[in-house]
Amino acid sequence: MKRLSAILLAAGLVCGGVAFAVDDPSEMLPNPAQEKRAEAIGAHLRCLVCQNESIEDSSAPLARDLRKVVREQVAAGKSDQQIMDWMTQRYGEFIRLAPTFSLSTALLWLMPLVALIAGLLIAWRTAMRRVATPSPLTDNERARLDALSGRE
Amino acid sequence: MNATRRGIITALPIVGAGVLGLGFWRILSGMRTGTFDPRAINNPQVGKPVPNFAIPGLPGLGDGFTDAELRAQTRPVLVNFFASWCIPCVQEMPGLRAISRDLPIWGVAYEDKPENASAFVKRDGTPYARVASDRHGRVAIDWGVTGVPESFLVMPGGRIVWHGSAALDPALFESEIRPHLARL
Repeated sequence: MKRLSAILLAAGLVCGGVAFAVDDPSEMLPNPAQEKRAEAIGAHLRCLVCQNESIEDSSAPLARDLRKVVREQVAAGKSDQQIMDWMTQRYGEFIRLAPTFSLSTALLWLMPLVALIAGLLIAWRTAMRRVATPSPLTDNERARLDALSGRE
Repeated sequence: MNATRRGIITALPIVGAGVLGLGFWRILSGMRTGTFDPRAINNPQVGKPVPNFAIPGLPGLGDGFTDAELRAQTRPVLVNFFASWCIPCVQEMPGLRAISRDLPIWGVAYEDKPENASAFVKRDGTPYARVASDRHGRVAIDWGVTGVPESFLVMPGGRIVWHGSAALDPALFESEIRPHLARL
């Protein structure tokens, strides 16, 4: 059993984003479309016990309870937005694995763009510098070059 | 390459490393003094009224309680989520008994078999003025509880003014909870 779960875990790590932690098939909703929606919502909710896993990936009891809440609300016809709001009302912004864009998260969200622009700027400046042709040799230099290369 | 340019290029990594070092130092010193906890969850219930709930009691320990009863209190109440399977909760019990001489504590048994929770509370003398059972942890979710033990200070009228997720002891009570009581 341990080996099997290790293989499943490894497979999960390789496949990435595939939810394996639904401990018990009875947790799943009978309607596959609804179940898929519940999994997508759960993948965006942080397990507050493990903190770096989503509730879909975690086996913690709290994650199990929150999965159940998500499925109940999906079955009751709540929208994704309503379910996320329900969660953030109770656990704060921290429960979102992808934080919403705000003044305090702006640096986090914009950093890839900032890094890309900075990289392009450096690349552009380097390329510009390389284009500049070296100045022609002075008479002195040419004479010295001739002397060194043995040409008279 | 002129001197200013060379100066800038030399200074840049030094300044960068310095800024990073300062940042790390602030994080680490904050972790040591307890002002910064990277795992802390800022419970958004603080400042809000207690959520609605009604939960049954534990065998031999009364009838449980509801949010209405909590709101109707004329003194502050400490609401403490615990479980018989939680080791920090065992450590916390002597501290809670000491605190209960100053402040009534209402206990909520989280995801625990009622008979186990009841035996746990009775074993060394209960610190709880009232105690109730949240058998499936659903009330705890409304309070934003992520584990046990967690405690909330509820003011008369039912507003939550303080939340803590560490095992309580008299020292923590004096430094974190007493100031709220003094403000009353």
